[in-house]
Amino acid sequence: MKRLKIKTEGYGYFFIAPYFITFLVLQLYPILYTFFISFTKWDGMTKMTFVGLENYNRLIRDDVFYKTIGNTWIIWIANVIPQMVLAVLLAVVLNYKKIKGSDFFKSIFYLPNLVTATSIGVLFSVILDWQTGSLNRILIAIGILKQPVNWLNSPFYTRGTTSLIQWWMWFGYSTIIFDAGIKAISNDIYEAAIVDGANRRQTFWKITLPLLRPTVLYSTITSLIGGMQIFDIPMTLTDGLGNPQQSILTMVLYLYNTSFKRNNYGYGAAISYGLFVIILIASIILFKFINRKSLYD
Amino acid sequence: MRNLDIITQNRNRSWKFTKNILTYLFLIILSIICFIPFYIMIINATHSNVEINNGLNLLPGRYLLDNYKRMSESINIWKGFSNSLLISIVSTLLTAYFASLTAYGFAKFKFRGNKVLYWFVLSTMMVPGQLGLIGYFQLNKKLGLLDTYLPLILPAIANGNAVFWINSYIGSSISNSLIESARIDGCQELKIFNKIILPLIVPAIATISIFNFVASWNDFMRPLVLIFSPSKFTLPVLVANLRGTYTRDFGATYLGIAISVVPIMIAYVFLSRYILNGLTIGAVKE
Repeated sequence: MKRLKIKTEGYGYFFIAPYFITFLVLQLYPILYTFFISFTKWDGMTKMTFVGLENYNRLIRDDVFYKTIGNTWIIWIANVIPQMVLAVLLAVVLNYKKIKGSDFFKSIFYLPNLVTATSIGVLFSVILDWQTGSLNRILIAIGILKQPVNWLNSPFYTRGTTSLIQWWMWFGYSTIIFDAGIKAISNDIYEAAIVDGANRRQTFWKITLPLLRPTVLYSTITSLIGGMQIFDIPMTLTDGLGNPQQSILTMVLYLYNTSFKRNNYGYGAAISYGLFVIILIASIILFKFINRKSLYD
Repeated sequence: MRNLDIITQNRNRSWKFTKNILTYLFLIILSIICFIPFYIMIINATHSNVEINNGLNLLPGRYLLDNYKRMSESINIWKGFSNSLLISIVSTLLTAYFASLTAYGFAKFKFRGNKVLYWFVLSTMMVPGQLGLIGYFQLNKKLGLLDTYLPLILPAIANGNAVFWINSYIGSSISNSLIESARIDGCQELKIFNKIILPLIVPAIATISIFNFVASWNDFMRPLVLIFSPSKFTLPVLVANLRGTYTRDFGATYLGIAISVVPIMIAYVFLSRYILNGLTIGAVKE
């Protein structure tokens, strides 16, 4: 038996080796190399010059960077709150025994999430076109608007549209996750509550919601990590520069434009690490915040 | 008294009935909201620019072929389609094999650092994707791999998410005695994996492969950064360029978007059950 163990020990390393070699060369090395580039001034062509902390100094004084943080957070918060509230509500409703066809509704709600985000960004840009787009046509036809509105010329509407698209793409996903969360709650708990005379509203607030909290936490953190990296929709909805008035210039869009359109790799690398720190801190705060709350239950 | 009871009972019943109707109405309206942009897309793809410019179209038109001809003159969308297909299929296969191999190594072999390394794999899943993008671009520039598909495909070998998924499946479905008996029969370790383990974990691989395929198919930023030749563009990059190519040709734009979206919708009709079930595994703490 002992011989067998010694023989197989090496195979463990052998089997996980391709993963780690690929990871080290294609993921970890680029991450460390990006960190190194963030201390240099470099256009990718001429010689790299070491500038120390200059890029980070510039970053913490960069008004555009703060604007992109603001934009990214506004777009995320404006979609995540209605998204989570609606998803919890839908998951509860779809679990009512009387509601038929819940699988059908779930599959329809999930459809926008599956479709390529780039296609969705371009699609909305033509639907919202103020002269020929279908949105203005519909709103005028049913009497909500008298004049066509130039949606994508207004910072407010453009940011709102971005949030709305994110909401539209993700509420179905969250609904499905919460639906599974509710199905995982033991029926005995509900039956005991009903025997004790609890009504539907009470079981929702006292049983469903507290027991769903870990699932909501999980979803909110994944949504945060994804939402801070939003790129495809703001890139394709307008001119790719985050206009009008840089209202949908998100952190990653700024990172992309700085690095790959203006070839300013040093500063782009500093933005990458700024973004990483923001995601890290926000995830930790969110985790602590929701975890502490559950202590009082 | 009895009459009053009946009245309140009826009132309750009719209130419940109204509530049900309102719930369905709400669900149906949400379904329409989810589908209507795609409906507009399909309908407008069949209309001429004059029709799109002049009014709202709710029914299919007769200009699908015209739009297709104009679109084909300047971009080759099917080339983008086959490029995306190639990249997605190869990436998905690479992930399927190597994630299984890695997961098997972690699940069934005792070696020093097993737990630490596995924890390390899990923690890399939290790192944002574009943190190393600039370094990755420069690395591929040095290696002469820019404008090739290798930098889009090779990272699929190290997919932490898939390792996590398949690892838990192996843990619960492959017994140690099966492996032991194969060893006693003199089967080589790699052969045990290829011939015995791999066929047994196909269900787990199939589910995760759907998601890997979709993720690769929808990937936009990496091909945008790493590919320059229009003939090598993937579908999302081509679609993103539609707006610049056809500033006022909406018929062709709608059709280009539709060609990128409709195949996904057709595949979804057949796979929705697997996809919806696959979504929730691992998401819920029980």
